[in-house]
Amino acid sequence: MRAITKSLLSLSFSVAIAIAVPALAQEPPGGMPQPIPQTPPTHDFESHIGNVTGHADNGKQDYRRWCIGCHGPYGDGNGENAAWIDPKPRDFTAATFKCRSTPTGTLPTDEDLFNAITRGFNTTNMPQWRPLTPQTRADLIAYVKTFSPRWKTEKSGTPIPIPAESPLTIDSIARGKALYVKLECWKCHGPLGRADGPSAATLTDSKDMPIKPYNFATGGRPMCGDKNSDIYRDFMTGLDGSPMPSFADQLTPGAAWDLVHYLRTLQTDIPSKERDMVNAAGGKIPTVEAPAPPAAPAQSSNLTPQPDATRSPSGGK
Amino acid sequence: MRMKQVCTAALALLIGPVAVFAGTISGKVTVDGPVPKQKVIDMSKEPACAKDYPATNPPKTETALEGPGNTLADVVVYVSAGANDEGTVPSQAVTLEQKGCRYIKHITALHVNQDMQIKNDDPTSHNIHPLAKANREWNKSQPPGAPPIDAKFDQAEFIPVKCNIHPWMHGYFVVLKTNHFSVTGDDGTFSIKDLPPGKYTLTAWQETLGSSQQEVTIGGAGETKTVNFTFKGKAY
Repeated sequence: MRAITKSLLSLSFSVAIAIAVPALAQEPPGGMPQPIPQTPPTHDFESHIGNVTGHADNGKQDYRRWCIGCHGPYGDGNGENAAWIDPKPRDFTAATFKCRSTPTGTLPTDEDLFNAITRGFNTTNMPQWRPLTPQTRADLIAYVKTFSPRWKTEKSGTPIPIPAESPLTIDSIARGKALYVKLECWKCHGPLGRADGPSAATLTDSKDMPIKPYNFATGGRPMCGDKNSDIYRDFMTGLDGSPMPSFADQLTPGAAWDLVHYLRTLQTDIPSKERDMVNAAGGKIPTVEAPAPPAAPAQSSNLTPQPDATRSPSGGK
Repeated sequence: MRMKQVCTAALALLIGPVAVFAGTISGKVTVDGPVPKQKVIDMSKEPACAKDYPATNPPKTETALEGPGNTLADVVVYVSAGANDEGTVPSQAVTLEQKGCRYIKHITALHVNQDMQIKNDDPTSHNIHPLAKANREWNKSQPPGAPPIDAKFDQAEFIPVKCNIHPWMHGYFVVLKTNHFSVTGDDGTFSIKDLPPGKYTLTAWQETLGSSQQEVTIGGAGETKTVNFTFKGKAY
């Protein structure tokens, strides 16, 4: 009897330790007041969206209310919720952004960031922030810019121009299909746009986290906007920080619209006039030659020397 | 007397870059211990590239290349202090080729702001994606037959570069603040020329084994110093 009591006692003791040790090992959440981290001075950061001017000083409070949970106090994407989120929240300290109007390797415009938080990112945990007033959103953009010194040393890139959409014909869809094959979009996005290309499973983003290519068939609204011009912009700018490269040097505007027309037909769960056209043609896309690449590719990046000294990376120093 | 010394030193500095008076540092890089075993790359998903390699000699990763006599290839040896040649950007461009779904060379060393030309010799598309942090990260597609991509980096950085389409394609752009650098060949040797007399810090960097430094003094004009580096091995 005594032996049993003894062993019971020691058992309960060890259980108590087993419970107590992990509790000691990790900081009780919310138990200790977290020090307010030092963030850079904010007063001289602004954003300009149309006729709205955002001020980082005001944005700081809104950031602490709405954004800090995922993007973290330091803006590095390591907020409390980040561990449970995939894809991970954006790291503002790198100033690398997917949805831009500017060439690959350049900073986005203020409007790009404003549109991004307004729209949210479909298929991720980033919601739309339309309920916030445009002024609040502009203030947030100004504050987000305080996290990277790039916003002080570099200027936003020059947006890639998007000319008027070329006429949609069954031939433009056919040329787009030939481009999809020739530019090897299918290597990742798959032969039918179902994100099952031979390289799809191996993709990682710039932080070495696994990332999936966009699935045209089931992916829903594209992340950077669902207008035809948004899709045009996606592959011309590339989605920086992800495996999606820029095709700006490889496509003439006409060819780029052809590709948009074909990509629309891959979105089997989104009705579109492009799909209607293919259906009207009996579901068959004719086989044609892919359009030629631009004769002298316009170097889309300002990594190459430019006459405008203020735009070149070393010009400002 | 002192004046004379200063004058001579100044004179030496002035005419230093002239090759006749310049010294050379050369040597060999070896490893003491194991290096990570290089894995065979399965290129079966890219038949256009897989056919470039005979079954008897499959392509392998290049994270540490040990040659006969424990020599190490693809080590960047550069003058990290003392050369004071930050402003002198070589006028000719360095070239990076993509051939057989590999980067040739695996390590591309270049000066800050030096021009770089990236070519695609393969019958398949590549995307060039330098994962830069101090410089700007960018990512461009280069289909077969596309003209070379011009690139430039304005910050000194060791930039891993990859092709997302072919996940085995890895390399480094080593952007340096000096043009006194050398990448060791298959025999592990390097040679840095045109160094005027003076004190230098020489750094050797290997992507897996890290880096090590040595102080070197070139006393007289035309002197050749031999400096050998030995890296500590690392199995993984």
